[in-house]
Amino acid sequence: MTKMKKNNFTEEQIFKRKVLIRTIFSFGFFFILCIIGFKFFHALTDAPKDRGMPIPLRQISEVNAKIFERSYDNPALSKVFPKELAAKRARVNGMIGMRDKLDTSNYFFKVVRYSKLTPQLSDTLLISLDDLRHLPKTEVVFNFKCIEGWSQVSWWGGVRFSDFAKKYNLGTFNNLIPDTKNHPEQLLKYVGLQTPDKKYYVGIDMPSMMHPQTILCYELNGKPLPMDQGSPLRLIIPVKYGIKHLKKVGTIFFSETPPPDYWADRGYDYFSGL
Amino acid sequence: MKAFSKKHSLAVRWFHWINFPVLFLMIWSGTLIYWANGEYKLNAGLFEFKFYPDSLYKSLNIPHRLAEGMSLHFLFMWIFLLNGFLYVMFLIFSGQWRLILPNRKSWKEAFLVLMHDLHLRKKAPEFVKYNAAQRVAYTGVVFMGVLSLVTGLIIYKPATFPSLTSFVGGYENARLIHFVLTILFILFFVVHIVQVIIAGWNNFRAIITGWEITEIQTPNREVTPKEENLDQLNTSEKRNITNDEDEKK
Repeated sequence: MTKMKKNNFTEEQIFKRKVLIRTIFSFGFFFILCIIGFKFFHALTDAPKDRGMPIPLRQISEVNAKIFERSYDNPALSKVFPKELAAKRARVNGMIGMRDKLDTSNYFFKVVRYSKLTPQLSDTLLISLDDLRHLPKTEVVFNFKCIEGWSQVSWWGGVRFSDFAKKYNLGTFNNLIPDTKNHPEQLLKYVGLQTPDKKYYVGIDMPSMMHPQTILCYELNGKPLPMDQGSPLRLIIPVKYGIKHLKKVGTIFFSETPPPDYWADRGYDYFSGL
Repeated sequence: MKAFSKKHSLAVRWFHWINFPVLFLMIWSGTLIYWANGEYKLNAGLFEFKFYPDSLYKSLNIPHRLAEGMSLHFLFMWIFLLNGFLYVMFLIFSGQWRLILPNRKSWKEAFLVLMHDLHLRKKAPEFVKYNAAQRVAYTGVVFMGVLSLVTGLIIYKPATFPSLTSFVGGYENARLIHFVLTILFILFFVVHIVQVIIAGWNNFRAIITGWEITEIQTPNREVTPKEENLDQLNTSEKRNITNDEDEKK
């Protein structure tokens, strides 16, 4: 019966039908794949959020941080520039956490030593700018990079965070002198910094903090920091985007878990490393 | 007589249709990022074009989505990298790079193809599967992809790869090259779509089904599935020979 029917068609008609069937089959399969693609994308972007970022994307950002994390040994240095190339006026972007007036003549910042129990009062150090000035001064002229995309060569001066930590026995479990070369296992994983009013705060991994270009900065262009640049003390950390360069240091603390971070709480990558 | 003739292998079709949405998402998320400091302009005397006009940003709902753009960009970059890498490996190991990489004649012929497409020349040069202009374009776009990945890595981690950053003349240069490449990708896309529309249904269908319908000379003979699986090069060449004969007639 079917054979008979088939014979009623010309070769060309049979061929055309074949083409049609194959085309429908292929395009149908293609259409299904498109639907799967759309579903996949929406599952990704419509997923419940973790600190303002869909959970799968947050997980990817943590994987990326792991891939590009820094090691203590042999860290790459950001390119440095001659001082003449530094901008005369360093760009000011954010003022969060800097509205409160601060008596800069009588300024101390708090450093909370690590303790497994709730930090005790005796664990808190009060450190003045003069204390910092007694430590060796380090200057960095580098291309400051904002997460928005702009960049600017600028000249900063202060104390290497690693020098500071060594002087005050900070950043280790046992409150011994941190030794990134021989005893990296004694170092804590994170450092947290806050403004005095606690309105701006950052969390930074220890290898980035101990990087030789990371400084507690009290000078810009060879002069004391201006108010809008976080006077009297800010963080300069060339291996991170500007969002991590906290202005107006109020408190520094150490932690085994990631301390809260202002922009990471608002959908940005926590690591934000360069 | 008409018959099926194999044009695009399954692998090529997968690479193509994975790359299309992924590249689209890279450009889209890249634009969400670029908005935060959209500083590039084209200046030609009185004429000035800002990348991009505010009206465009607003109509596409781009403003204030930097964080979202970054999170998407830094996921899909991996898929873009992996798909592109596998595509290049496929071209190398299948021998199909011979069909795509421009040869000595291609540069001159690409110009002739362009003249033909612009209706300034009657005949286009003969070719196998891809014409000279396609060879230049499809090879160029692979290099654009590689350069996008390298400049992208520099923008992403300039402090981790300082020597690479210096190699392209600094962070700002990498950012500019990355942006220009994006514009070139968009232009590639526009030309590609126009060409696909002009080439017609038979050509477009092939990137989904894998086959085209071509005229063959021998009567009463249909291409069997076995023959369809023949090496791409062979079938393409066969097709071309028949075309040649057509013309002689």
